[in-house]
Parts: sequence; C-alpha cells; structure tokens
Amino acid sequence: MNISQKWRQHLLTVLVIVGFFALWQLLCASLNVSDLILPKPTQIAFILWKKMPLLWPHTLQTLYTTVVGFAAGVLVGVFIGLLIGSSKLAYDVAYPLLVGFSSIPKVAVVPIFVVWFGSGTIPAILTSAVICIFPVVVNVATGLASTEPELEDVFRVLGASKLDILWNVGMPRTLPFLFASLKIAITLSFVGTVLSETVAANKGIGNVMMIASGNFDVPLVFAGLFILAIMGILLYATSSYFEIKMTGWNNRKNDFSLG
Amino acid sequence: MAFIELSNVSLQYGKGTVALKQTDLKIENAEFLSLVGPSGCGKSTILKLVAGLLKPTSGAVIVGGREVGLIGSSPIQTSTRIGMAFQNPTLLPWLSIRDNIMIPLKIIQPFRAQFSDKKNTAFKDKAEALLAKVGLNGFGDKRPWQLSGGMLQRASLCRALIHEPQLLLLDEPFGALDQFTREELWDIMQSLWIDTKPTVLLVTHDLREAAYLSTRICVMSSRPGRILADSAVPFARPRTVEQSYSADFAELVQELRMCISHARDDQATLKELNAA
Repeated sequence: MNISQKWRQHLLTVLVIVGFFALWQLLCASLNVSDLILPKPTQIAFILWKKMPLLWPHTLQTLYTTVVGFAAGVLVGVFIGLLIGSSKLAYDVAYPLLVGFSSIPKVAVVPIFVVWFGSGTIPAILTSAVICIFPVVVNVATGLASTEPELEDVFRVLGASKLDILWNVGMPRTLPFLFASLKIAITLSFVGTVLSETVAANKGIGNVMMIASGNFDVPLVFAGLFILAIMGILLYATSSYFEIKMTGWNNRKNDFSLG
Repeated sequence: MAFIELSNVSLQYGKGTVALKQTDLKIENAEFLSLVGPSGCGKSTILKLVAGLLKPTSGAVIVGGREVGLIGSSPIQTSTRIGMAFQNPTLLPWLSIRDNIMIPLKIIQPFRAQFSDKKNTAFKDKAEALLAKVGLNGFGDKRPWQLSGGMLQRASLCRALIHEPQLLLLDEPFGALDQFTREELWDIMQSLWIDTKPTVLLVTHDLREAAYLSTRICVMSSRPGRILADSAVPFARPRTVEQSYSADFAELVQELRMCISHARDDQATLKELNAA
C-alpha cells in the first residue's frame, strides 16, 4: 500500500507539471499570442535544445557562483545565528543592525562590489552570499532562543558547560529551523547571482538573459528562466534530502508513510 | 558534617512569590528523604536549589562540603555527581532511548574521556543492563515518541542512574502515572536504591509513596515554604506493596495527612483573621 501511494504521489506531481505546460501551450496557440510576448513551451524547448552548447558554460558559471555564494552565506549566517541565539545580550542588541543591513536592496549593493572587486564572478558570489545571510541568521537564532529550558536542565544538572549544551541540545534543536531557512536561502541566492550577472558580468545566465532581452529574443530569455528554475529545483531537492536524513524526528506526521 | 545542608535559605522569585522562607535542612549520606506537602509549598524549589539550578536569595546551600550556585555559569560547583529525574521525562527526540540514557556518560568526567572508546562496548552494555533492570529490554533503539509515559519515566530514571551518582534528585517523577505503573516503579526504585545506596531526595505529593520509599519524611507547608515536621520511617527494607496497605503504614500516612491538614487550617484561619 505504501509503495503504490508513493507512486501515485509521483504520478500526480508529474501530471501537474505536464498539465501546466500543456495549458500554457494551448493558451498561446488558441489566443495566438505573439512570440515576443509569451513563447510557447515547444519553442522554448527547441531553443534550449538548439542552443545548449552555447548556454552550457553560462549555466555552469551561474551554478558555480550560486553554490559558492550560498555555501558562504549559510556558513556565515549559521555562525552569526549561533552567536545571537546563545547570548541574550546579543539577541537584543544585534537585530537593529542586522535588519538595517538586510533592508538595503541588493541591487544597490552590486555596483559597490564591482567598484571593490571588479566585475564578473566575485560580485556575483558576494551578492549571492549576502542576500541569504539574513534568513539563515534569523532562523538559527530563533531556533536556539526557543529551545525548551527543560531540555537544557538535564545537562545543567550534570555540570555541562554552555558549549556542551549548545552542541548537544541547541544545535540539533535548531536544525529544522535552519533547513526551513535554507529553502528560502536557495531561491534568494539565485536572485543575487542573476542580479549581479545582469548588472556587471559577461558570463552567466543572467548575462545571457539580459543580452537576449536587449535583442528581443524572448524565447531565449525564457530558456534562461527555465535553466534557472531547474537549477533551483535541483539545489532544493538536495537540501530536502539532507533535511529528511537529519531532522526526520521533527516531522513525525510523515513517519507512517516512511514506515 | 551533613552531606547536604540548607542553612537559613530563602528564595524569592523576582519581586513576587516567596517560595522558601528561612529554611534549614540537613541530609546525611545514604538517606532516602521525601519532601511532601501540597502543591506550591516549595518542595521542587528545594530540589532545584540542591541541584544548583537555582540560587538562593539568602542563605547557603552546601552539597558535599561545597557551596552550590548556578552550575555551569559559576566557578563554584559541586563535585558531587548528581542524577536528576523530572516530572516530565524530557528525553531528546533526536536520539534513541539508549543514546538518551548515555548522555551523562558523555558529559561527566571520568566517563567523558572514555566515551568515544567505550560508547559501543562497555557503556552500551551498562545502558542495556539498566534498561533491562527497569523492564525496557529491547527498547534501546526506539525513539521517545514510540514509548508510553511510564516507559519514558523508566528511561528517565535510567538516565539519572547510569553515571552512578552519589546524589539522586527526583521531582515527582511518578506524578503523571497510573497507580499500577507507579507501584511497579516504586519496587524498581527500591531495588535500584538497595543496589548502590545513593543519597536520595524525593519530592512527592503522594504520602503512601513517601512512606513506601523513604527512610525519612519532611512535611512542608504552603507558601512561604517551611518545614513543619520531620519524621523517620521505621519499616524495614525491602518493603512490599502489600505492606503498604497494612495498619501501621496507614497510621503513618494518617499522621502526615493530619499534619498537613492542620497547617492548611491554620493558614485558612490566618487569612480570615487578616481579612476581618
């Protein structure tokens, strides 16, 4: 019963996606929408297939900068989050500064990075990193701050140090919060990369899309969007896999379906 | 010198509730002391003070010859090994039952230094032996949510005992359980105590439980907490549940009840007089 339920779920997912594209194709065809406004999925597929050798290095570039930026952003975010979540003083004092920094639109930040580091890969990595720090910090700090004191009491009675308690209780307890923020951070990190590539780069999907839209090659723009979407899904799936492995204990409602 | 000593200890929560007022208490080595009294009389507070989870507003709490403050955030620490079982089992949901009860071995020296070597051998056997003793054979790999309340409390007791503590603090550990499970756990508790004879401080509102398990009972009154009576329990060990329904047992329980009841009446009268 469990297996057929799973297959049914997968089938439904595939049907939903296929249905979405089928609907899109039908609407474009029947309403005679111009290619310059909304290309048909078949057209996008054709462009992807035809221009893949051209697009591949750009895809890799975007993927590389996003993954590096994402990793850097998450590491810094976790570190800051741990600091803020473990100290009540830091928790109360640091937030205004953090919120101030994160409220700055990253569009405004890219030119500054370009001035400091030149155009190309580095500003893309930096923008991607900076844009996903804040959600990670907030979630990790919240997870730590909301750890039930009763869990910590067990350790305190044993004479455990604050570091012991952080490692044994705080960090496992905050993992579900961290993974939740990773889902947001992944999508944001693509935003950061593409932003930077659009403004100041000569490689990457963002750059390709900007040039394509300048030439009114809308199908190519959409092809770029597609590639970004697929990369996003891949990263999300990877994160999801680790989430299930490491925080299965938190999502018990699903336990029956996993057996 | 007594093993544990509370010396003129008072505790006030913030600017509000006075949980304890100028309390003195001495506990000797290998004593099994029960603190009984109505809810809110300060029994759990005394336990937490001895454990070092709370700091007294005034007075001193001395355990094993050293003054006890807040463990972990103060250099003044007790060198006594303490095991504690709370009213909620609070096992960590991301660990198996066995890993949960091995936690003290991870934290406390000298076990901590050997933990990475022995965690799959000697320590694991230790954990399994304790689990078997409390009747949780084979549940070591399960997760906390797969066990019932009674089973979790048994696991919590194992966790409190695995590091061979000199002092065992029990905060109404059987409060949330049914009568049968409770009587079963009393027997287990008794046999565990006979094995290693740690000093035990048990907080309970069940007078029969106190009479069954302890060598000495202290009756406390409501806010502010004070010790009203302090009596030894004369029955020989090992005691049985049948004994706990005998006449002299019932007499002891009645005495304790009367003591608490008088204290509550006095308080009620005092309130009326103040209101008038």
